[in-house]
Amino acid sequence: METFKKLKAYYWPYKKYFFISMFFLLFVTGITVVYPIILQKTIDDVILQGNYKWIPYLAFGFVGIMILKGITTFIQQYCGDLFGITSVYRLRNELYEKLQFLPFSYYDNAKTGDLMSRLTADVEAFRFFLSFGFTELLRFFLLITVSFGVMFYYSPSLTFVTLASLPFLAITVYKFDKAVHPAFRGIRKSFGKLNTNVQENISGINTVKSLSREEFQINKFNSSNGDYKDKYLFTSDIWAKYFPLMEFLGNVSVVTLLAYGGYLVMNGNLQPGELVAFYSLVWYIIWPIMNLGFTINLFSQSKASGERLLEILEVDEKIKDHDSVVDVDKMKGDVEFNHVTLNYTEHDEAALEDITFKAESGKVIGLIGSTGSGKTSITQLMTRFYEPTKGEILIDGKTLSDYSLKSLRNNIGVVLQESFLFSSTIKANISYGRPEATMEEIIEAAKMAQAHDFITELPDGYDTKLGERGLGLSGGQKQRIAIARALCTDPSILILDDATSAVDMETEFRIQKALKNVMSDRTTFIIAHRISSLKHADEILVMENGKIVERGVHDFLLKNNGPYQRIYDIQYQDQKKILQTQGR
Amino acid sequence: MSKNKSKVNKNALSRFHYSTDQVIDKPFNWEQLWRLLTYLKPYSKKLLPLSIVTVLITTAIRLIIPILIGVYTLDKAIRQKDGTLLFTLVGIIAGLYVINYIANVLRIRWMNELGQGVIYDLRKHLFSHVQWLSHRFFDQRSAGSILVRIMNDINSLQELFTNGVINLLMDIILLAGIIVILFTLSPELTLAVMVILPIMFFISTSLRKNIRRSWQDVRIKQAKLNSHLNESIQGIRVTQSFTQEQENMAFFDGVNTETFDSWKTATKKNAMFRPMVELTNAVGTAVLIWYGVHLIQGGSLELGEFVSFAFYLGMFWEPISRLGQVYNQLLIGMASSERIFEFLDEQPIVDEKHDAMNLDDIKGRIQFENVEFSYDANRKALKNIDLEMKAGQTVALVGHTGSGKTTIANLISRFYDPTKGEVKIDGINLRDVTVSSLRNQISIVLQDTFIFSGTIKDNIRFGRPDASDEEVRKAAEAIGANEFIEKLSGGYDTEVEERGNVLSVGERQLLSFARALLANPRIIILDEATASIDTETEVKIQNALKKLLAGRTAIIIAHRLSTIRESDNIFVLENGKIKESGNHDELMDQEGDYYELVKSQFKMLEAM
Repeated sequence: METFKKLKAYYWPYKKYFFISMFFLLFVTGITVVYPIILQKTIDDVILQGNYKWIPYLAFGFVGIMILKGITTFIQQYCGDLFGITSVYRLRNELYEKLQFLPFSYYDNAKTGDLMSRLTADVEAFRFFLSFGFTELLRFFLLITVSFGVMFYYSPSLTFVTLASLPFLAITVYKFDKAVHPAFRGIRKSFGKLNTNVQENISGINTVKSLSREEFQINKFNSSNGDYKDKYLFTSDIWAKYFPLMEFLGNVSVVTLLAYGGYLVMNGNLQPGELVAFYSLVWYIIWPIMNLGFTINLFSQSKASGERLLEILEVDEKIKDHDSVVDVDKMKGDVEFNHVTLNYTEHDEAALEDITFKAESGKVIGLIGSTGSGKTSITQLMTRFYEPTKGEILIDGKTLSDYSLKSLRNNIGVVLQESFLFSSTIKANISYGRPEATMEEIIEAAKMAQAHDFITELPDGYDTKLGERGLGLSGGQKQRIAIARALCTDPSILILDDATSAVDMETEFRIQKALKNVMSDRTTFIIAHRISSLKHADEILVMENGKIVERGVHDFLLKNNGPYQRIYDIQYQDQKKILQTQGR
Repeated sequence: MSKNKSKVNKNALSRFHYSTDQVIDKPFNWEQLWRLLTYLKPYSKKLLPLSIVTVLITTAIRLIIPILIGVYTLDKAIRQKDGTLLFTLVGIIAGLYVINYIANVLRIRWMNELGQGVIYDLRKHLFSHVQWLSHRFFDQRSAGSILVRIMNDINSLQELFTNGVINLLMDIILLAGIIVILFTLSPELTLAVMVILPIMFFISTSLRKNIRRSWQDVRIKQAKLNSHLNESIQGIRVTQSFTQEQENMAFFDGVNTETFDSWKTATKKNAMFRPMVELTNAVGTAVLIWYGVHLIQGGSLELGEFVSFAFYLGMFWEPISRLGQVYNQLLIGMASSERIFEFLDEQPIVDEKHDAMNLDDIKGRIQFENVEFSYDANRKALKNIDLEMKAGQTVALVGHTGSGKTTIANLISRFYDPTKGEVKIDGINLRDVTVSSLRNQISIVLQDTFIFSGTIKDNIRFGRPDASDEEVRKAAEAIGANEFIEKLSGGYDTEVEERGNVLSVGERQLLSFARALLANPRIIILDEATASIDTETEVKIQNALKKLLAGRTAIIIAHRLSTIRESDNIFVLENGKIKESGNHDELMDQEGDYYELVKSQFKMLEAM
């Protein structure tokens, strides 16, 4: 119950729906039991006694009561549903808000699939319980108690004889429930595996075809497909084993009812109508018991789901604005790192160690080094996606935490390594960071990023809608849109993190030329593997294992006998060779 | 958060677009249903008739029991105080319940075997078919939309085949049986009570359809909501970098509100369903009470018959409701099967001749004779290509995007057949050979190396599943991948997956080389990577490449000058035509297109 208590804030504001639903449930259950009673009255008091004048009243009364039942059932169910969906509406908004502000460090360890299953399946399980679970539990007790009461009123001894098979039924239900849930999990798991199998096959179809492994893949698929079928049949066998048995045990009640009840009627200890009424009432007890396993399972599932949701809702947002932050409209762009060290977690080795540099507005800083050397970490500290473990970072002379997160990040334009585009128009993607940008500004940004030409060649131009992960665009085209997106915010600090890796040389050259014109009033950081991408920088920082091992301008580093020179030699050996052939 | 739930902010909602690929029902189509039913054929000898027999048994028992209880037990035994008859009848009823129990056990088992069998066959058929479709088929569709058809669309037929078809039979018999029995008991009462039948049919079909449409609307809205959730998680770094959290929340609240609204509508309609059914039943019962008692009063109906009537009346709803369900399943099934058949009707572009021969071990000489090719009618991708690649040569294809480099590679591995002309390997026209015997001797190393979930070992072995662990290791060593693999926590048995972070881009590339080397093809096609690899790794890859290409015919689609420079022959392509050919030195001497290309790249490098 602890879980439900903690989640109270999301459903308790809508408690009125819950109480209305509960209140009307009392009526619904009451009226349900009325039907067999009316049948009994018709038989015993009207037909057998010959009181035929009651008939019209009975018939109309019955319809009247059923209209009442219809209305109450409707209100009961509708309010129960509303309770669930209104709570979930709120819960979803809060979850989404939470997700928007969780720090990078949370996402480093989170898997999209896992988060998605919490946001969909767990939210749904929780809703289902709010809508049905509570009321089903209550209905179970009400229906059984009332039916039992009525039966007991008619004939205590017949009640006991008839219900003698119930313990067996309860045991069967319990056993069934225990067997069927693992089996269902088996189906789900097998289906998941089949799903992964197919998905992988389709995503990797080029690889499959290029190595002509179609037959192999088909066989692999067939074994998963067969496993799914087997798991399904295993489950349906459990079903076949228990379900007819439950029905049979219910029917045993009917048989004993007929034998003993018939005997009672013959002896005059029971009215025929009462016997008929019993026949209906018995099922009002048997059905809920057969469903009990389902209801209890619902409860335990929603509890587990609630816990998984709380795990998200209770994550600490580590990076927040403190009270006296300032909003700055336009920064100058002077960046200073003073002896900065970063450990992503306590146990990790330092990702950055004692980093110190100064970048004045208008300057271009190049960062080069192998994968994992800490280039990206530097830029992520600037945008405060992580906080330094030691040392301080200043922009325009002020510590980062003195700025509001919003104004800090608004002043920094980042082009990330992986150019993620949203399912939206190209226009909206470029203006993502500044939705109020005019069409002229969007086009200007696209022109600088050398994206304008290919965009206008698309049938819908800037209004072209991009599909999942920018489907239909090449890697280079996506990168160029991502660059335009960063330029569109007109940032004081521009970070290009391996932003042109998929762009061909000619285009990269043109992008750099265009950027040169707008670099004068901003600080630019370029992370790259190709020396050609950053040789024009005012300072190049060569990184190795989280440290700056070499720094200076291109011409200096070229003769410094360090890693930079080595990289240069490797990359330019082509050119040298060609020069040789040319000079021949 | 918006308090005003019914009003959705249209402006905020236009921020993202998600297309939804949802099952909408389709009008009934006999031809399609017939095609679907042909999948039952393999089971028509055993499982299908057996299932039907069990269904008939359970249905018959369900029909008999109310008469036995009402007319015989109540009227003939109890009211006549005939104890022996009572116990005989109770014994018969108990016996019938036992038979019913056994029949039910078998029915559930057999029907599931039948249904799952059909689903298994159908899915297998669809998957195998799709597997052989062309690149173009896959290029035109997102992976998600293909996945949905193989998984979800087939699953939506599951219910139809497991229960639907047989229930249809059972329910028609049940319904007809009830009406016949009621008529024999009392024709006039039957007619009176039957007024509720049309109402029930209406509720079960039209109203249910209406409700289902509303739920469909909910699902579409939810799919949109989920698409956005998924995307916003994956793009969270972009969102936070551009501080768009508030703006996204406005959008999400809009979608959330839309979902809430359509859910509210659906749930309202849904909550009306049961009361309507029960009310209709109540009208029937009222008619029964009034008119039935009137008949008893007149002496033309017995009390037990009256009770049986009441029981049967209660049984009306179930088959009608299920018929409505099956009808709905059929409509959904129509939509799903249409989408499934659309894929099944898709033809593989390369048609194998029925007398195609197996290609023996080849040497690797490739010839194009007057080859022309177009993907679609409007544009020729290749025009009059004549070329020869000698066995064991390394050949580079150079040219801008769209100049036809990849098309040439596609024709060699016979992903397509040329529109005109002939492609020959060792002098044999590719049209005369089987596709698999050809492709078994060709490997293509792609720009984006796909890693299948499984171990490193399995991934290397992908091109030749029967290779021993020793062979796998040797291939990796030869390529120089051994070093990083040994460093992984589980060595060759390390589990990797497509989007896992275990491997870097460069390591993936090395893996794909090892994979190709192990497959030991005679012809190798390289679509060189331009992805971001740091310089150290790149050196390793260049060395590995030399190992891989040695002794094979290699076709390289490349941008890197060093690889091109060292190849035996270079073809410079432009707009589907060969502009120049020769080795590096020859082409440089000619001072033609290739010379210009090299020079301009070189100039740019200097200028940057």
